[in-house]
Amino acid sequence: MNLLFHPLTLVTFLPLVGVLIIAFLSESQRGLIRWVALGTSLATFGVSLWVLSLFPAGSADMQLEAVAPWLSLGTFQVNYHLGVDGISLLLLLLTTFLTPISILSSWTSINERVKSFMIFFLLLETGMVGVFLALDLVLFYVFWEFTLIPMYFLIGIWGGERRVYAAVKFFLFTLSGSLLMLLAILYMGISAGTFDWNALLANREAFAGASLWLFLAFAAAFAIKVPMWPLHTWLPDAHVEAPTPGSVILAGVMLKMGAYGFLRFNLALFPEVSVRAAPWMALLAVIGILYGAAVSYMQRDMKKLVAYSSVSHLGFVILGLFALNAQGVAGSVLQMVNHGLSTGALFLVVGMLYERTHTREMAAYGGVWKVVPVLGALMLVIVLSSAGLPGLNGFVGEFTILLGAYGSQIIGSPWFGVAATLGVILAAVYLLTLFEKVFLGPLRNPERRALAEITPRELATLIPLLLVIFWIGLYPKFFFALLNPSVEKLVALVQTAAVAMR
Amino acid sequence: MLFQETIANPAFGLVPWVVFFPLVGLVLNLLFGRRLGEVFTGTVAVLASGAAFVVSVLLALGLAAHPEPVVVPFLEWLRIGDFAANWDFRVDTLSVTMMLVVSGVGTLIHIYATRYMHADVRHNGDPGRYRRFFVYFSLFILAMMILVTANNYLMLFVGWEGVGLCSYLLIGFWFEKGEDGIGNAKAAKKAFVVNRIGDFGLLVAMFTMFWAFGSLDFDAVLAAAPAAAPGVLLVITLLMLLGVTGKSAQIPLFVWLPDAMAGPTPVSALIHAATMVTAGVYLVARSAPMFNAVPAAQAAVMWVGAITALFAATIALGQNDIKKVLAYSTISQLGFMVAAVGMGAYVAGMFHLITHAFFKALLFLSAGSVILGMEHGEEAGHAKGHGHAEHADQGDHGGLDPQDMRNMGGLRRRMPVTFLVYLVGSLALAGVAPLSGFFSKDEILVAASRSNFIVLGVLLLAAFFTAFYVGRQLMLVFFGRERTPAAERAVESPALITVPLIVLALLAAVGGALNLPGSHLLETWLEHTLGAGEPAEFILPLAGVALGVALLGLFLGWLIYRRPFQREPLERTGPLFRAFNRKWWVDEAYHALVVRPYNGISRFLAGDFDMGFIDTVANGAGVLVRRLSGWWGVLQNGFVRTYALMVVVGVVSIMLYLALR
Amino acid sequence: MAPLYYYIGLSVIMFTIGMLGVLLRRNAIVIFMSLELMFNAANLAFIAFSRHYQNMNGQMFVFFVMTVAAAEVAVGLALMVTIFRTRRSIDVDQINSMKG
Repeated sequence: MNLLFHPLTLVTFLPLVGVLIIAFLSESQRGLIRWVALGTSLATFGVSLWVLSLFPAGSADMQLEAVAPWLSLGTFQVNYHLGVDGISLLLLLLTTFLTPISILSSWTSINERVKSFMIFFLLLETGMVGVFLALDLVLFYVFWEFTLIPMYFLIGIWGGERRVYAAVKFFLFTLSGSLLMLLAILYMGISAGTFDWNALLANREAFAGASLWLFLAFAAAFAIKVPMWPLHTWLPDAHVEAPTPGSVILAGVMLKMGAYGFLRFNLALFPEVSVRAAPWMALLAVIGILYGAAVSYMQRDMKKLVAYSSVSHLGFVILGLFALNAQGVAGSVLQMVNHGLSTGALFLVVGMLYERTHTREMAAYGGVWKVVPVLGALMLVIVLSSAGLPGLNGFVGEFTILLGAYGSQIIGSPWFGVAATLGVILAAVYLLTLFEKVFLGPLRNPERRALAEITPRELATLIPLLLVIFWIGLYPKFFFALLNPSVEKLVALVQTAAVAMR
Repeated sequence: MLFQETIANPAFGLVPWVVFFPLVGLVLNLLFGRRLGEVFTGTVAVLASGAAFVVSVLLALGLAAHPEPVVVPFLEWLRIGDFAANWDFRVDTLSVTMMLVVSGVGTLIHIYATRYMHADVRHNGDPGRYRRFFVYFSLFILAMMILVTANNYLMLFVGWEGVGLCSYLLIGFWFEKGEDGIGNAKAAKKAFVVNRIGDFGLLVAMFTMFWAFGSLDFDAVLAAAPAAAPGVLLVITLLMLLGVTGKSAQIPLFVWLPDAMAGPTPVSALIHAATMVTAGVYLVARSAPMFNAVPAAQAAVMWVGAITALFAATIALGQNDIKKVLAYSTISQLGFMVAAVGMGAYVAGMFHLITHAFFKALLFLSAGSVILGMEHGEEAGHAKGHGHAEHADQGDHGGLDPQDMRNMGGLRRRMPVTFLVYLVGSLALAGVAPLSGFFSKDEILVAASRSNFIVLGVLLLAAFFTAFYVGRQLMLVFFGRERTPAAERAVESPALITVPLIVLALLAAVGGALNLPGSHLLETWLEHTLGAGEPAEFILPLAGVALGVALLGLFLGWLIYRRPFQREPLERTGPLFRAFNRKWWVDEAYHALVVRPYNGISRFLAGDFDMGFIDTVANGAGVLVRRLSGWWGVLQNGFVRTYALMVVVGVVSIMLYLALR
Repeated sequence: MAPLYYYIGLSVIMFTIGMLGVLLRRNAIVIFMSLELMFNAANLAFIAFSRHYQNMNGQMFVFFVMTVAAAEVAVGLALMVTIFRTRRSIDVDQINSMKG
């Protein structure tokens, strides 16, 4: 297939076409700029569906690979190498699905410098898609760092009061982790003579001697991004200050890049170290689950509450990954998608409320379900999905993760799973508190009587999310069918390593 | 097992409709309910539940001919690695019994609710919520049906949490009312969270089950259970017991049920008396082979049930709210059932579950009728006196609590039908022969007499207290003089309310016929699922003692409350009554032991620890870098010659190194 | 023919003088001249080695160095003139307005 019109190339770089068009528009043509951005992102979503249709069902290997020599570092060839398996395909779909929704949610909330906003947003999409598709470590690193810059500006320009602090903090945290990863990538490339993921996978002995340090270097980058406890403090600041679309993408996709990195690089390239590190990672994950839940319960700011809930939810994801069995890993990937949907939707609703009232303090609300019944009902579904109610998406992911973690031979003790299950109780506590403080009770604040009901455009941002939330909750077969072969292949790899170690 | 391919009776193919009829009703009401009005909404909901009942009856008829369990496959739900859980429907005598109870009693309560909610939404000042109520109600029937038709523990759990959600929604139905305006919402949250604690147990039980048996299907798990390690089974069963204490409101997790009375009365009748709360009993009966294999777990279940039965009965005695009395009574009766299944007397437990569904639903609904009558009387008083009802939105209706029994009295003259059916229900609850409660309770007592005499004593004592609070309640509500103007003006409820009451009263009266000593209809019916057990024979002396205890309790109630009084007569018992009245301070204890510490920990973590410590460490790294860069910065003084000098120094030192090496 | 180390010795002496000039003098013109001295020290070394090893590469490099040096002198003197016009001085210690 022609490299330029290769579906993966298209899906990665199509947003840049939108950037190009927008660049030629003037700032005053806001409506047109918005439509171009939305159209581009929808077209990208369409291409990702095309990728889905091309993906052979039940395949465990990388598919649709696009390879071309890119540049030489010394004697080492760096390739332009993209490819998908079931796992990255799902995350690709999540990215291209959430981007148009986020752009649509910016419609009325972003009114200044719309042109640069949309340009940054589409650049960000290219970067995120590239992260999930890249199969060359240098290419991956380039995309990985590339996502930082648009997000830095999204927070720093369109953010709240302390936006500069938050943006710099976000940037420095993530950068300090990824520089370690860069060192590791260079070391691996030099010792194995290639930066290609497939080749490295086949040639793991070349860097086996340093695998512990390499694992740690990669883990540093990913753990900050996820974020794992105790490296999470950039997250609440970034979320609180970021504009709504930024929060949606940050929580919905960018955090997943960390978890995906663990899965694609740490687990696959260093299975022995992963096995040894699993109990420690599980410990951090469980602490994150409980800690995030407890801290989130005490927040007064809605966005902060949701941000800390992300720490808790991503703890589940990491716990599932390092359960290193099929249930844990598949549940964990699904939970990445779930978290993107549920938390994305939560941020959207919080954004809608903020746009109307310019406050995110829960105390400023109370009893507004009476005023906005539809918004309240939608929020209830979202809250419940985040709390892991059966029939909605969150449960499917959490249940399989906990099932995997509880029985994981590699973690070695069911207590991690049990402690994490406590998080399910605590999730109900903080999420229902959020719902209660904002939507239930008497309508004390007279200003809230005038709160406007959800508009059709806002509805259009939430409905697709809710449809998928129900779909995953009621009939997750499609998603697991996509995931299972790739997950089983990965798990088999790690289990072999685990057996070999004994 | 092998039943999948042999669906004996075409009726069994209908079983998914017990779930889908309510779903259809729900969707119709959601889409069209607002436009087409209350009559449409009510009718659709009643028909949905009624259709589910018809299907259940067809299934029962099918099973009567072919009593072997049947599994109707529906769809593949989860499959990862070696884990698979499908959504299949299980049709056996146990599940069909539950279906009949849920949809039968449910339909009657639906009919009642069409009228009751008509009045309730107006009384509370938001008629638009009529539709919402029936959407929730249909959702509840749906979830409950998923629970009872499940063929594996995971689907059971789906229904289990689903009914919990409906409970949450319906307790918080008037979410802007209650204490401080937020009381109802808080009660709803409490119910959900406490149930989640129980669900935690059930979840971990499922994990253990899967890793021990490789499946969550009932057939596979229960077949493998007897051969499993006792330790594993003990863990599973005790964790399940935690789930049971949550859902069926047993010690220590019963605290949510009394607060749940914040929901409208049909909710209390359907969810918090007749169906949802009995799910725990159903779970234990369903898992019978597992519990049978570990006597220690059985003993734990039995003791939890027996102690709860007594404990809650004492609290019921000290309550003044008509629904709170019934709530504690429900906890106490659930204790009887749990104790029964703990003793291995599954049929007795199920029997009591059924009769209790009849008479407790009846009692709650009649109480609702009483409340309606009181509200009506109060509004009539206002109309005469001041002619305004402007506080309708504020949640307090002019100060008088229409649920407080101290405000009632003499209602038997105002509301004769309600009085009669209430009498039937009360006597059945107290266990007076030959009403249904007598027979079912008797079977439990017989089982207790076989297993443990202390438990028998505890249960008899609980039965005595039951009769006592029943007598007290009857006297306070229906006899004596009217104690308030509202009670004087109370009126009988309309036919749409009383007819379901009469039907339920008949069921409560003759429900005992289901498993009469000698015929053992239910016993033989459930044998196909639960296996053959010893049928509970009728021990005349024991039955006599039970009846005597019941009559004694009722008599005592009559004796104490027959005269008009100023202060509660039981207050003479001093601290004992205070303990009853304040619910043994359990809520306060939980508040001090669980809620406050968690709040404290959260606050510490969120404040001092997260923002104070972790963030300071992280930012401290930044500060450190800045400080270091300050020191190094001194070297970067901007004079080119300094830099050149450094280069020279560097070159020279390298050359020296090379030269002197 | 003079031995190789004569040339190298001369080159080292020239280079050292040039280096000291760059480090110690403050007049930009003098620094420039010192720089030229260092260039030419290097050139001398190149030529000497080129001759010694009978390899033309060294001579080729000298041409490069001379070209670059010429260009550099042109740019440098232009800068110097501009700076002198604005600041009335070409003392390098005073040219610090871009110091961070």
